[in-house]
Amino acid sequence: MRNLLPILTVLAVLVGIWYLAVAPMNVRVALDTVERGGAEVVPAGSATRRDVSVWRLMAQNAEHVPAGYALDRPRLPTPAQVGQELWKTTGAMALKGRAWSKRSLLYHGWITLQSTLWGFALGTSLGIAGAIAIVYSRVADMSLMPWAIISQTIPIVALAPMIIVVSSQLGVDGRGVPKAIISAYLCYFPVLVGMVKGLRAPALSQLDLLKTYDATGLQSFLKLRLPASVPYLFTSLKVGIAAALVGTIVGELPTGAISGLGARILIGDQFGTPLAIWSALFAAAILAGLLVTLLDLSQKLILNRMGMQP
Amino acid sequence: MSALILALIFWLSAWAFNVWLSNSRWRTTRAARIAVPALFGITLLVLWEGIVRGLGVSAVILPAPSIVAQTFAASTDILWIDFVQTFLKGALRGFVIGVAAALICALLIDRSAFLTRGLLPIGNFFAALPIVGVAPIMVNWFGFDWQSKAAVVVIMVFFPILVNTVQGLRATDAMQRDLMHTYAASYTQTLLKLRLPAALPFLFNGLKIATTLALIGAIVAEYFGSPTRGMGFRISTGVGSLSIDLVWAEIAVAALVGTMFYGVMAWIERRVTFWHPSQRG
Repeated sequence: MRNLLPILTVLAVLVGIWYLAVAPMNVRVALDTVERGGAEVVPAGSATRRDVSVWRLMAQNAEHVPAGYALDRPRLPTPAQVGQELWKTTGAMALKGRAWSKRSLLYHGWITLQSTLWGFALGTSLGIAGAIAIVYSRVADMSLMPWAIISQTIPIVALAPMIIVVSSQLGVDGRGVPKAIISAYLCYFPVLVGMVKGLRAPALSQLDLLKTYDATGLQSFLKLRLPASVPYLFTSLKVGIAAALVGTIVGELPTGAISGLGARILIGDQFGTPLAIWSALFAAAILAGLLVTLLDLSQKLILNRMGMQP
Repeated sequence: MSALILALIFWLSAWAFNVWLSNSRWRTTRAARIAVPALFGITLLVLWEGIVRGLGVSAVILPAPSIVAQTFAASTDILWIDFVQTFLKGALRGFVIGVAAALICALLIDRSAFLTRGLLPIGNFFAALPIVGVAPIMVNWFGFDWQSKAAVVVIMVFFPILVNTVQGLRATDAMQRDLMHTYAASYTQTLLKLRLPAALPFLFNGLKIATTLALIGAIVAEYFGSPTRGMGFRISTGVGSLSIDLVWAEIAVAALVGTMFYGVMAWIERRVTFWHPSQRG
């Protein structure tokens, strides 16, 4: 908790910078709006203002700068506007009993969360299975490991539209499956690397000890290697769930999806409603924070019960 | 069907050869270390080719690698234009700007222990966020050309580099810093001769993560609007117009570029941090 004060200070500074940036970012739109409302603006006309720098516009029209903080379609909304929009599309709708309406971010967040969790489950199982294969089989170690690294240097977004085309041609309904595949692709790698490290963590003397007990391969796996890998597993799970969420949103962005947080960003872009984009972005950030925190808590709980220091 | 059967036979024999090679006495040689994964990759391609030909999969769904290779060879001019637009203009410029900004920020923050404690958790949090989502906003702010792509890349690479560098700058232990102190070394001297070199392994960790992020950012930003060139543009229009083989050629370029970019970073890392235990092997 000794970090709380510094964190809050840095956050306050960031929000302050954001508020300051709103004025120059929005001044052109604001001046256009007040001019249409009949106010006097120097210089007149949106076209003539295009060549004037924002700083001069702000100096010459100081009384209209505050209008930039209350626009309907700002280039950069204020944090308060984003917060209001977030509340309007989540809490306020839930209070009215319309939490699952198509306009509610709770609904879209739930769609994104589902794909993320499916992708996370798929990616984690693939990663763990791959790690076991790599630790126990030399040929898997030599042939899989380099390709696992290469697979992460391939930008998955290039593949994302193709995954969606192929899976729809194969008769897979809905967009859940391709999104889950994309997020699994992004999240299996940290789990694989962490588990390989974790399964190899027991010292040679510990493995030898189990041999003197005449333990079978399965026994030494279950009683030594697997427990020893748990701290590594949780560390990589936290990276993995964040990557899975990125994967889902990447899967929703370029593909014309209609539900999910990524789709909200896409639709907000197409309809020119920046507030929708920003609130969806923040909802995604909150979701990422919640998921990582949840894993962090279960890590502490489980490691404590296993008698390891987290 | 014969193509499929041939592919399966190739798969089994390649597998057997790999098992034999990785248990033979040559397994530690450099040639075997390259041959085993290379054969694995070739097997995947052969299986893909065999499945597509053997089962008669339509080229609209999944073209065979040989067709993709032909398209690749026939449209190198288009692929080159897209490569210049997406990688050299968008991703690389954004990468350089983002890395420079993160390094400067890291050095400034590092001077204050208070700021470091505040910024590390926040930076870690930001690094885990789906920042790609800012792509439409950046396209709105900076227009369709490479500037908006570079802007997305800057934001995406900034936090991983910042967090890694700040952590790396704290990686020296008190004993080493005390030694510099007894030499009466100034802040700059300590920074240049001790703390920056010690931070390099961490920095390269961040740089390697950032290479992938840079390409992802540049391509996603193109889905939201771009001039009529670029890898993301070609992929999204190719899917719409069913020229799937060109899309796969574009994917191959993206894969090659991503791998080379990462490889170059790893190569520089080996040359610069040769003294680090993880590089001495």
